[in-house]
Amino acid sequence: MSAPIKNPAAETLPRPAGLAGLAADWASDQRTFKNVSWGKAMMWIFLLSDTFIFGCFLLAYMSARMSTTVPWPNPSEVFALEIGGTHMPLILIAIMTFVLISSSGTMAMAVNCGYRRDRKKTAILMLVTALFGATFVGMQAFEWSKLIIEGVRPWGNPWGAAQFGSSFFMITGFHGTHVTIGVIFLLIVARKVWRGDFDTERKGFFTSRKGRYEIVEITGLYWHFVDLVWVFIFAFFYLW
Amino acid sequence: MAHAEAHAAQAVHGAHAEQQQHPIKLYLLVWGLLFVLSAFSYLVDYFGLQGMLRWSLIVIFMLLKAGLIVAVFMHMAWERLALIYAIILPPLLVLVFVALMVWESNYVLFTRLVFFGSGG
Repeated sequence: MSAPIKNPAAETLPRPAGLAGLAADWASDQRTFKNVSWGKAMMWIFLLSDTFIFGCFLLAYMSARMSTTVPWPNPSEVFALEIGGTHMPLILIAIMTFVLISSSGTMAMAVNCGYRRDRKKTAILMLVTALFGATFVGMQAFEWSKLIIEGVRPWGNPWGAAQFGSSFFMITGFHGTHVTIGVIFLLIVARKVWRGDFDTERKGFFTSRKGRYEIVEITGLYWHFVDLVWVFIFAFFYLW
Repeated sequence: MAHAEAHAAQAVHGAHAEQQQHPIKLYLLVWGLLFVLSAFSYLVDYFGLQGMLRWSLIVIFMLLKAGLIVAVFMHMAWERLALIYAIILPPLLVLVFVALMVWESNYVLFTRLVFFGSGG
């Protein structure tokens, strides 16, 4: 991260707050996001674009479900499991939701420890987060296999509207891909933290620049976003 | 509040004004709330609530969870308005798209019923 050119006046003068601050930050020839590094600002912009992608998927699902003349399969029953002889509606999805929320919690803790420069705790919490993420993907793989065995295909299924399968595979598949990439991202950053790259200011492999503990927060932004998307998928696809 | 202290400590460091440091207790509280809200939304399905009650409860719990994650876990609550508006306002425009597609879907359903006969 190259440091922006220092402007002594901008450093010393207090920046206006509220709406006046909004206008001042966006006005004229200057850096807009004042106290956010480029890495973090760009992660936010990327997440914004990803929001539109998932928004379009959910919209496509909504349109398909609203315009079909055939009844939509009941997700509560489709995703039910028999556990110890009792019939539990939607239980696997509920467990997956709790796993992902737990991973978000450990990630938030990791960011906190990172900024306190607690190397070991940060790395361990990130690894725990990655483990929860991998568990989530594993449960999703189980869910996919179960539905495929039961005859769900992108072009049809035994219970109703044919679009159910394509919506399901598209939305959860794309989300699962995000989780998988997140796990890889977490493992890479956790390794760097564990090795002490950000304490010894070791230069990065690709960038040849010194990393900072801020990368833990940027990784965290991505991870929390994955959890955020699941909140919407859980509500609109599984519960609706 | 404990926040003010954390921010004061952050200001002392000066060199890294960009970092976010907040009390662990807050994260644990939000974590707990997310668990409770998820349990509530699961119970909506478990008790088989239907109709407007079901949909409004699902959306309320969803928005509360999303808000907590973005505000606290992603630290949006402590960012400047310039970033908050740049990130939060554009997705709201998706609602316009939703309105358009609801309109379109109703029309598609209507044409299907008319041309394919009932129960097509």
